[in-house]
Amino acid sequence: MDTALVVAAKEYRDDFRSRWTLVVASLFVVLALAIAYFGGAAGGKVGFMPFDATLASLTTLAAFVVPLIGLLLAYDMVVGERDQGTLLLVLSYPISRIKLVTGKFLGHCGALATATVAGFGAATVIILAMQPATRSAYALFHLGNFMVSACLLGACFVALGGVVSVATRDKARAAGLALLVWLATVVVFDLCLLAILVLSGGNPLERWLFPRLLYLNPVDVFRLINLATLGAGSGNQLFMGMTAGQAYPMWSLYAAALLWVLIPAGLAQFIFRREEV
Amino acid sequence: MGNVIEMVKLDKRYQDLFALSAVSAQVPAGKVIGLLGHNGAGKSTLIKLVLGLIRPTCGRLEVLGASPVGRDALAIRRRLGYLPETVAFYGNLTGREVMRYLARLKQAPAAQADRLLERVGLAPARDRRTGTYSKGMRQRLGLAQALLGVPELVLLDEPTSGLDPQAQQDFYAIIEALRRGGCSVLVSSHVLTELEPHIDIAMILHRGRLAAMGTLEQLRRASGLPQVVCVRLKPDVAPGAFAASMDGAGSKVTCQRDGRVEIEVDGPHKLQVLRELAAHPAVSDVTAREASLARLYGELETDPAPARECA
Repeated sequence: MDTALVVAAKEYRDDFRSRWTLVVASLFVVLALAIAYFGGAAGGKVGFMPFDATLASLTTLAAFVVPLIGLLLAYDMVVGERDQGTLLLVLSYPISRIKLVTGKFLGHCGALATATVAGFGAATVIILAMQPATRSAYALFHLGNFMVSACLLGACFVALGGVVSVATRDKARAAGLALLVWLATVVVFDLCLLAILVLSGGNPLERWLFPRLLYLNPVDVFRLINLATLGAGSGNQLFMGMTAGQAYPMWSLYAAALLWVLIPAGLAQFIFRREEV
Repeated sequence: MGNVIEMVKLDKRYQDLFALSAVSAQVPAGKVIGLLGHNGAGKSTLIKLVLGLIRPTCGRLEVLGASPVGRDALAIRRRLGYLPETVAFYGNLTGREVMRYLARLKQAPAAQADRLLERVGLAPARDRRTGTYSKGMRQRLGLAQALLGVPELVLLDEPTSGLDPQAQQDFYAIIEALRRGGCSVLVSSHVLTELEPHIDIAMILHRGRLAAMGTLEQLRRASGLPQVVCVRLKPDVAPGAFAASMDGAGSKVTCQRDGRVEIEVDGPHKLQVLRELAAHPAVSDVTAREASLARLYGELETDPAPARECA
């Protein structure tokens, strides 16, 4: 077996044994069901919501939670071994640094993808069983789309966690930096865009530029993949209002999501290769 | 057999600090080499260079016939074993799982992992998490993993520090077995007296420079260290008076606390002094031993290393 796969298998198993995968999957099930059932409570209704609204809420939720979990899984992949004292030992083995980091990346991505598919998959099955109206090809397509993009989002943040992990010298700092990355991508980026939009009143240049800026944030790319194809009235008016008039071809969104996985992954490799131990 | 390690004017510099400076040496195959020096003398740096974990600033280094940071780096590492100075493992895995994982990384059979655990005496604890291991057990596991595959050169960085004497003896027994199997072993330590009986060749580093290298016999001769004759006196003799009377016999005469008198003698004069002592009426017993190489350390300490530039 290739050494990268040996490492990947170990990390994947470790995530299982530490019950990370199980906890995350259960969390996804509970949250998804709660959204599907109680999501309409604010509007005075309790019970399963229309499918579009459920998916929109799920997207918003996943956009918060999946990045956080990806970062938590990955932020210590290298710096943790450094702290623990095993890094020197592993690097003395016949495995290149590229394969070591690749293996860890693949292992954590695999664990997160497993949790995502198992968690949201189980929730989907329950929703479909309870709500016959949602049993349509349309719904299945969107749910599949949602899970694939959620896995890509997770992989992106595992890669970003990898960058944090190779760029820091101790675990505490890595944890802090990982939280900053989460805040910056999930909260601050959108706030800044909104602030600019509100303050400037929207001149033509901005109207052209603004929708394209969303490509610069993996979380927004994920939102677009899932919301751009949904109809109006699904609780995503604010977001879609910001991006009105701009068509996002699905391939460009997926290309962006993929780049958002590959670029941080490559960056982590680049930094780690140059590091002295 | 050739050399397992060849160094020519090897330098390793961290910013302004010379961790290693112009070290040239050949390490012959099939020997146990003691890498000696105080803390910070450059021992760990040299081992990391040999493993290819860091790159030399300048100079040439060949390990098992090729550069450890070149194209063959991974192939070379498969033929090396390494026990780091402070070895740690994945605390959530059992000893056996750790060994199996490392065996897969080194492409060694899983059965060997189990055999090695047995060999270092960890078989009873192999299904316990390594997080619960004592220092001595971690060290044993560290040795076991260093022997995975078919290592031709085993690098042990301070392997016995913090071990009890029995565990130390076990360690040296395994090292001896390795040598008999044709494996070269490089053991670093700052405790020379402990290492002395177990090594063929000593390499002494001092402030990043190679201070001396050779067999223990060569080093003793080259350093001109005296031999020590230890005299046990008859009960009614005052050691002080006896020591004063022997003042001219050796280079230095000291009274030990337990009443024995130690006389340091230069090699050529030893026999003559022994003969005199044997005939002396106040002497009950005489033993001679060679000066420990630890003395060599003391002499090196007074010799400052000049600063130099990288060539």
